[in-house]
Amino acid sequence: MNPFVYTTVEKVDEATSLLSKNLNAKIIAGGTNLIDLMKENISKPDEIIDVNRIPGLDQIKELENGCIRLGALARNADTAYHPIIAKRYPLLSRAILAGASAQLRNMASNGGNLLQRTRCYYFYDTATPCNKRVPGSGCSAIGGYNRIHAILGASEDCIAVFPSDMCVALAALDATINISGSAGERSVAFADFHRLPGDTPHLDNNLQQDEMITSIDLPVNGFENNYAYLKLRDRTSYAFALVSVASAFEIEGSIIKEARLALGGLAHKPWRNKDAEDILTNKEASVENFSAAADLILKDAKAYDRNAFKIELARRAIVRNCLNAANLHSNPI
Amino acid sequence: MSTENKYFGQPLSRVDGPAKVNGQAKYAAEFYVPDLLYGYIINSTIAKGSIKKIHAEKALALTGVLKMFTHENRNRTAWLDLKYTDMDAPPGVPFKPLHSAQIKYNGQPIALVVAENFELARYAASLIHIDYEVEPHNTNLESNLGEARKPKKGLASLLKSGPPKSKGDVAKAYEKSEIKASGKFVHGMEHHNPMEMFASTVVYEPEGKLTIYDKTQGVVNSQLYVANVFGKAFKKVRVISPYVGGAFGSGLRPQYQLFLSVMAALDLKRSVKVSMNRHQMFSFGYRPRTIQNTRFGSNIEGKLQVLHHEAIAETSRFEDYTEIVVNWTNMMYPSENVNLDYKLVPLDVSTPLDMRAPGGVTGLHPIECTIDDLAYQSKIDPVQFRLINYSDVDSISGKPYSSKELKECFKQGGERFGWDKRDPEPRSMKRNGKLVGWGMAVGIWEALQLPARAEATLGADGKLIVSCATADIGTGTYTIMTQIAADCMGMDIGNVEFCLGDTNMPLAPVQGGSFTSATVGMAVHAACTGLQKKIIEQAKKIEPDIFKRINLDDIEFSSDSLRIKGHSGNFISLKDIVASTGKSDLKSRNTGLPDVLKQRKYARTTHSAVFAEVEVDEDFGIVKVTRIVSAIAAGKIINPKTAKSQILGGMVWGIGKALREESIMDHRFGRIMNANLAEYHIPVHADINDLEVIFVDEEDHIVNDLQIKGIGEIGIVGVAPAIANALFHATGKRIYDLPITLEKVMS
Repeated sequence: MNPFVYTTVEKVDEATSLLSKNLNAKIIAGGTNLIDLMKENISKPDEIIDVNRIPGLDQIKELENGCIRLGALARNADTAYHPIIAKRYPLLSRAILAGASAQLRNMASNGGNLLQRTRCYYFYDTATPCNKRVPGSGCSAIGGYNRIHAILGASEDCIAVFPSDMCVALAALDATINISGSAGERSVAFADFHRLPGDTPHLDNNLQQDEMITSIDLPVNGFENNYAYLKLRDRTSYAFALVSVASAFEIEGSIIKEARLALGGLAHKPWRNKDAEDILTNKEASVENFSAAADLILKDAKAYDRNAFKIELARRAIVRNCLNAANLHSNPI
Repeated sequence: MSTENKYFGQPLSRVDGPAKVNGQAKYAAEFYVPDLLYGYIINSTIAKGSIKKIHAEKALALTGVLKMFTHENRNRTAWLDLKYTDMDAPPGVPFKPLHSAQIKYNGQPIALVVAENFELARYAASLIHIDYEVEPHNTNLESNLGEARKPKKGLASLLKSGPPKSKGDVAKAYEKSEIKASGKFVHGMEHHNPMEMFASTVVYEPEGKLTIYDKTQGVVNSQLYVANVFGKAFKKVRVISPYVGGAFGSGLRPQYQLFLSVMAALDLKRSVKVSMNRHQMFSFGYRPRTIQNTRFGSNIEGKLQVLHHEAIAETSRFEDYTEIVVNWTNMMYPSENVNLDYKLVPLDVSTPLDMRAPGGVTGLHPIECTIDDLAYQSKIDPVQFRLINYSDVDSISGKPYSSKELKECFKQGGERFGWDKRDPEPRSMKRNGKLVGWGMAVGIWEALQLPARAEATLGADGKLIVSCATADIGTGTYTIMTQIAADCMGMDIGNVEFCLGDTNMPLAPVQGGSFTSATVGMAVHAACTGLQKKIIEQAKKIEPDIFKRINLDDIEFSSDSLRIKGHSGNFISLKDIVASTGKSDLKSRNTGLPDVLKQRKYARTTHSAVFAEVEVDEDFGIVKVTRIVSAIAAGKIINPKTAKSQILGGMVWGIGKALREESIMDHRFGRIMNANLAEYHIPVHADINDLEVIFVDEEDHIVNDLQIKGIGEIGIVGVAPAIANALFHATGKRIYDLPITLEKVMS
């Protein structure tokens, strides 16, 4: 870990101003990922800006238009157990609680959750080449031990996956991310926040150096009647998803009026496929239709040496989870 | 003289429990002295080659960084390889840290940066850049099976006998067998991953005397190593290790942080602390990757006709680490035709190291799964199949077992599990839409006793202190030795203290191999018996001699006094006896020796019957171990509470072995890629459901007078095969490779 200056701020613009002055400064909230990255010499900020004392950012509140605003500093655990979230957005609650461990969720902030870095083995080991860590050095996961790696949207420069569970639900719910920067405030649709690796895998998302996330807005519809989150992993807790699925439906009778499907553990960002959601709209909730949606999502899936099983696993997970969301399957995992 | 067992067999809580939960128990890295320096280790990032140049200018320019130790400037150490040989060293040449520019494996320690504080040392280390001359390496067992050869023999082979000679005509017998079962079993590499990481705090004292707080399973081993390597007199090296936060075999050999911290302390003439980080915990000793083939045959009645079991394991290029993998086959099951074979493939890796039930965990899985396969094919219940092939004699040595209550394990374990309600048909049992499977397996481990010494001291306050340079790696040594001593002396346990982990104490072997309870227990027993004799002798000197003409058997140690049986009025307090000596205490130092003459006529082992239930979600390949019952026959259990904990730990690890754990090597780099506890998956709480332990009563007057057999390994050995067999019952699928991750189960 390299030496750094530690600063506390009490206003958002203080933080963004410091960020704009020092390209090597980083914000710390929960620190559950950043500290690990610093210990492994992957992240080497020389200035740490502690935003935990900025008042108001830890709130979860209802806006006048009925949307819910999740403060960037609200802890993952507080968010998952918040009465409004548990009642109106149970999909989000389930997804958060599927992630990490109780201790980590108590510490991790909502803003930080969006900014987690990949758990690719090679990204974490400075002894091996990694384009995400050192642009241009190569991707060791390709041709390496890539059992946990991407099958969708990867590039020849990077096949890492994004690790968050919470973000899979936020993607399905069409959340909006509110950002403050030295140039002012802006809002970004969730789908436009995280990036695919392309030839710039060192960029996980579209947040600029002088910006910080201040809150996340959830639309009014939380799909509280027909939702399910499924996470498949190598052990029952404290493991990242090999495949995760968030399904949310509006169902009238047995007909799906609106469908949301987001996948985790398969790509460089939470994966949504609007075409697959569209083909489910106004269709019956059935194994056949869910299978067709799964096939469409995985149509262009590409496996590497060790992760071919993920394609079939994802297909089954999508079908099972959609059945669960539609209350048609009696065997939740 | 006589006493009764008041504490032996009682489920007492750990005597060291309060110190462990209130933080008073200190581990090797938690000792501090003024002006302590901190070392940070740099490890190689290539698997083979040599160091061309180390660029350390930036690091050494930092204020507070004292020195970087490398092969270029290290202290002079012993020249003879033999001097680096520790008590658990396998045949070969031990690894010598910073010996030369040569890189033998990825993760090899190559430099130590010493600074005024830990953060500075770590930061300085991050600034150091190393140029290597890279040579092609080979770390892949599968692609080098052609290199397999017989292991070299050495001192360590004494405790780890090689396979016996073949018997009968194996090929023909297999061909003729009515029922045949075979399999190729591949086990991944596993690392110990104790909670506490390796650390040494070396306190440099005037005249070069060293007091070393070390994480080790044997202080004597660390002392021997430091004295030999650095050419120091034994009396100038004191090693202390009062608490060990788990070790599982990883502390059976001195680890490289000990060498590096001592080297730095001697060179700088300052106290130095070096601890490893979690990543570095993957840079030495491990359970080796092993490939095994079995071919067993039986007749239609289930009688075994032939046993062929061969194993090929990896080792380093410089030491032949071996374990007993295949011998168990014929120790457990008699047959006329037997071929057991064990070979090694040297690779560019560090030397493997004993890990909980070394070889037993590896060998039992193929054995018990192949036996299960035969049982299914011959339509005989797996328990019944084992009863058909039951033997009270070890077929390798031809000696009878000193005790073997395995049938009782089958009975009690099976009853508790409900084995008789099992539908033998694979895929026949379902629950909540998932397949349910019931499987069982047998476990076996050696019941050894080695010589050890202990000292019993009765103080003027009437309290007893017993000491021995053994270890408590979390197993309960402190507690059970206190129990043994209290019973032997007829004292209240509150007046007895057991001390360990200090080379100033009487000699003990390393703690391992399930032999500590018997070994140290008998030494404690010997010391207490010796002390009793001295107490009686002294008591008889006190006028009037109330024990005059009293038979020794009629003298009784009772709580705080010595008395004549049945005469409540006639007693002398222990305090008075000590006071009468005019000294501060009465001491006796004695050796507990195994009764070799008695023992050598018998095979001495512990046994277990493990029954497991799994639930399988076949779509996803997810296996949940819902229940395990483990029935253990292991002589007399000193403390059912600590013993149960130890068996439970073994069962949890068995689940890890079967389903979770593997150190993943990327052979392009020869480097382990999941060297952390997030990606090296040990079971978590949510993976663990009902675990039940039964201790079957077992008498054994052969092993030792206390009837102790040791339980360190028996808890784990049968668990992975029981789970694999349950998985077969659930799915109809035999999966031979461990760990069984979900893609192997997905149909």
